[in-house]
Amino acid sequence: MKNIRNFCVIAHIDHGKSTLSDRLLEHTKTIDKRNMVDQTLDNMDLERERGITIKSHAIQMLYNHSDGQRYTFNMIDTPGHVDFSYEVSRSIAACEGALLLVDATQGIQAQTISNLYLAIEHDLEIIPVLNKVDMESAMIDEVADQVIDLIGCKREDILLASGKTGIGIDDIMTAIVNRIPAPKGDPEAPLQALIFDSVFNSFRGVIAYFRVLNGRLKKGDKVKFFHTANEYEADEVGILQLNLIPQQQLEAGNVGYIITGIKESKEIKVGDTITTYANPCPEAIKGFEDVKPMVFAGIFPIDNDDFEDLRDSLEKLQLNDASLVFEPETSVALGFGFRCGFLGMLHLEIIQERLSREFNMEVITTVPNVSYYATNTQSERFMVRTPVDLPDPNYLRTVEEPYIRAQIITKPDYIGSIMTLCMEKRGILTRQSYLTTTRVELTFEMPLGEIVFDFYDRLKSISRGYASFDYQMIDYRASDLVKLDIKLNGDNVDALCALVHRTKAEAFGRRICQRLKELLPRQQFVIAIQAAIGAKIIARETISAMRKDVTAKCYGGDISRKRKLLEKQKEGKKKMRQIGSVEVPQKAFLEVLKLNE
Amino acid sequence: MLYLHIPFCKQACHYCDFHFSTSLRQKGALVDALIREMELRNDYLSERVLSSVYFGGGTPSLLDEMELAAIFKAIEQHFQLEPQAEITLEANPDDLSIEKLKSLRDSPVNRLSIGIQSFAEVDLRSMNRAHQAHEARACIENALKMGFDDFSIDLIYGSPSTSDAQWLENLRIAFDYPLPHLSAYCLTVEPRTALAHQVKTGQALPVDENQATRQFNTLMVEAEKAGFEHYEISNFAQPGRYARHNTNYWRGKPYLGLGPSAHSFDGHSRQWNLANNARYIQLLENTQAEKLPASGLYEIEKLSPAQRYNEQVMTSLRTQWGLDWKLIEPQFQAHFLQSAQEFLASKHLVQEGQTYRLSREGRFLADHIAAELFYLG
Ligand SMILES: Nc1nc2c(ncn2[C@@H]2O[C@H](COP(=O)(O)OP(=O)(O)O)[C@@H](O)[C@H]2O)c(=O)[nH]1
Ligand code: SF4
Ligand SMILES: [Mg+2]
Repeated sequence: MKNIRNFCVIAHIDHGKSTLSDRLLEHTKTIDKRNMVDQTLDNMDLERERGITIKSHAIQMLYNHSDGQRYTFNMIDTPGHVDFSYEVSRSIAACEGALLLVDATQGIQAQTISNLYLAIEHDLEIIPVLNKVDMESAMIDEVADQVIDLIGCKREDILLASGKTGIGIDDIMTAIVNRIPAPKGDPEAPLQALIFDSVFNSFRGVIAYFRVLNGRLKKGDKVKFFHTANEYEADEVGILQLNLIPQQQLEAGNVGYIITGIKESKEIKVGDTITTYANPCPEAIKGFEDVKPMVFAGIFPIDNDDFEDLRDSLEKLQLNDASLVFEPETSVALGFGFRCGFLGMLHLEIIQERLSREFNMEVITTVPNVSYYATNTQSERFMVRTPVDLPDPNYLRTVEEPYIRAQIITKPDYIGSIMTLCMEKRGILTRQSYLTTTRVELTFEMPLGEIVFDFYDRLKSISRGYASFDYQMIDYRASDLVKLDIKLNGDNVDALCALVHRTKAEAFGRRICQRLKELLPRQQFVIAIQAAIGAKIIARETISAMRKDVTAKCYGGDISRKRKLLEKQKEGKKKMRQIGSVEVPQKAFLEVLKLNE
Repeated sequence: MLYLHIPFCKQACHYCDFHFSTSLRQKGALVDALIREMELRNDYLSERVLSSVYFGGGTPSLLDEMELAAIFKAIEQHFQLEPQAEITLEANPDDLSIEKLKSLRDSPVNRLSIGIQSFAEVDLRSMNRAHQAHEARACIENALKMGFDDFSIDLIYGSPSTSDAQWLENLRIAFDYPLPHLSAYCLTVEPRTALAHQVKTGQALPVDENQATRQFNTLMVEAEKAGFEHYEISNFAQPGRYARHNTNYWRGKPYLGLGPSAHSFDGHSRQWNLANNARYIQLLENTQAEKLPASGLYEIEKLSPAQRYNEQVMTSLRTQWGLDWKLIEPQFQAHFLQSAQEFLASKHLVQEGQTYRLSREGRFLADHIAAELFYLG
């Protein structure tokens, strides 16, 4: 055990985590240079394309140190986005140390700070590394100051490296050996292992990644998962290199995988404790949470005939993404589909992307909303996951919505415009602190519902990209929320129903109406587009009747082309959804929410 | 029916998406190739008796006397012209000198279709037409003087350069002549034209649909006052003076089209020649009759029953004769009746016995209504 080092890498997107990981793998000869694809650890195409880690990965390396000893490094690559912060916290709980990797040309970002605090909370030994020092624009002194301010280390503790050129890799190896403590734990105690992630493999079923805190896990053991209370046999245990390498057993301090024949990720909860049936540990590892989806949206197949295919695809996705939840939903406007719950907006986007890439499913996603608590006049309090389900105003006493604490790190130049944006989003500034003279951290409390759309993009554009953002859930608070209905010639478009704050309902309604006016084709009659709260119309637009399509010529050479054109026009119409008397193209549902374009 | 495409123009009108070249260098060679194509494809139609011949373009009035004579000689060799056959030639005002008109009058051509487009200089310049306003009037007067009593003129409305007043003026000027036939087109911005580019880059205004609708309305009112029948969406004729060749397109009659980009229809399939003068000439110089189908000269599209029905609806509803329900293939009759209900109710369609026609209001929406009546397999 004394030669094991477990660590994770905390880094903001693009600060070079994947590149540096590749160097470490090369350096320890875990993989051959020839087999090296850039950024070996990012498995999914989507991860490579976006340069973010969605799932955790773990990899073991063997390192022959200059002290003549051989060390086992377990490196755990953590997800890099707020939507997955629970999983990050579990990965951190599996380590004794963390490399804090900061791009020396960029400085510290909000995302990094919240993960760093998590690591510090878990008593991890932090090794700060300034990366990309090969670049001319590296601001080594300034970024080093930020790091010192943040973690109170000494300047000489900060390593300088470049994942690209290989500078500093040896120093990093040495620091891992010397500064990160070896795991503590009792191999003779009852088994206690922390599940920090799981992946789905279509041949082997669900593979759970764990860290053994105490005891040992042997192949063939009968094991028990604490929180789910399920029992299984350990068909295979082993360590993770680029491939799975089976072992007879894994002992306290080590990181590995277990295969038990479980077929669905739902059965395995990240944060759960594995113990043995024969000799169970007295208590579970602290920090387990059953993660609940925070953002909900309806997902509907573009073609109603694809409903069953969509169900299949969602079920397959759920196999390896237990945080995705869904249940059937019907919409007057969109037909049969599913109400899905996500960890956050990125998670929603990822699911949408994967549906399209891996399953070829083209879908319409409705306005995302958060989950609310409603209390009716009988004082019953219940959760509302879709605005349509909110009781009629006459029977509604209060609505509560989730609040977050948001941290934004930016340059002082942008404080003004960011404050304006956050206040528009009903945020309350609770703290403003200068990390250095050129970096300021703003902390807001704001409703989660305000960031589910139209926030990230605006933050990015007003700060020209110089703002990083992170948040944690804090609580539910009562808010003056109203249900905004959108009507076409008097008929509600359920897919566009939204809960909005009363003060913003009118502006929001007006924008949706205007946008719909641009998106709906004219029809033979006038179309009234209205936004309403209950019976009260708060915004309205009209689309005049169809243009007179003063018809172009049509001779021998025109007939074929013209017929095809009109056939295509009619084909497009077939794809429209009928709402009352009004036909709405699919595109309108997709486009109407891009309000800031 | 025989169509001949003469793919040359003096200059390119900004709105035009026909196939033509502004280099006249290959004109002679092209006429030879056209005659050769006639030799190779004269068996396309089951009938060799022609009720009409139409020289379209491009600008057929660019053909000289010799070229025209050679073409007619070939026609006589391969086909038989009905005694009263309509033989139309499209002509541009700048070509219609007295001499030219004289020579045309002495040829078998018995009908002219003159590309006037507007009598106003601003319009002609903004459209980049080759002729001037005074030539627009002069050519009509000369044609009449030379005894062409069967002719048609083209006019364009809806151009941003054409005020409502100017459009009315254009119609008045036209109707002051003893005009048997008028084709009036709404300016459309076709992709890949100079006009489309100008609109995209803000150098030209797009067509204003309200203006276009108003001017179409004026057109219908004025034409009616002048005694014209609105017998097809864009065509007006004095009683009985319909363009017979064009009318047959809307009746679904077969036709043979020769020349680059020309379309042909045999009742079951449509085909169109490649739109490239040099390749066309080269292909016809080097290809034997039996090799023609594989030569790449044309592309063929076989029409499904539904596509034939769609074309029938689209073309026949454009005319004052409307669509005769009995002529619809039985398998689509019910579909037609069902989809027509909506437009009968909205009075865009009128029914008289078994015949369905567009109402005056319906004419504004001809394309939309046709598309709605279509059958998609
Ligand atoms: N110049 C330089 N570029 C680097 C270095 N490390 C990473 N990069 C580049 O920075 C970008 C992001 O790197 P990546 O490893 O994907 O970052 P990750 O998002 O943290 O995994 C890529 O274009 C890398 O080539 C470095 O040390 N020096
Ligand atoms: S003369 Fe006719 S064919 Fe030639 S460019 Fe003008 S409109 Fe087109
Ligand atoms: Mg990466």
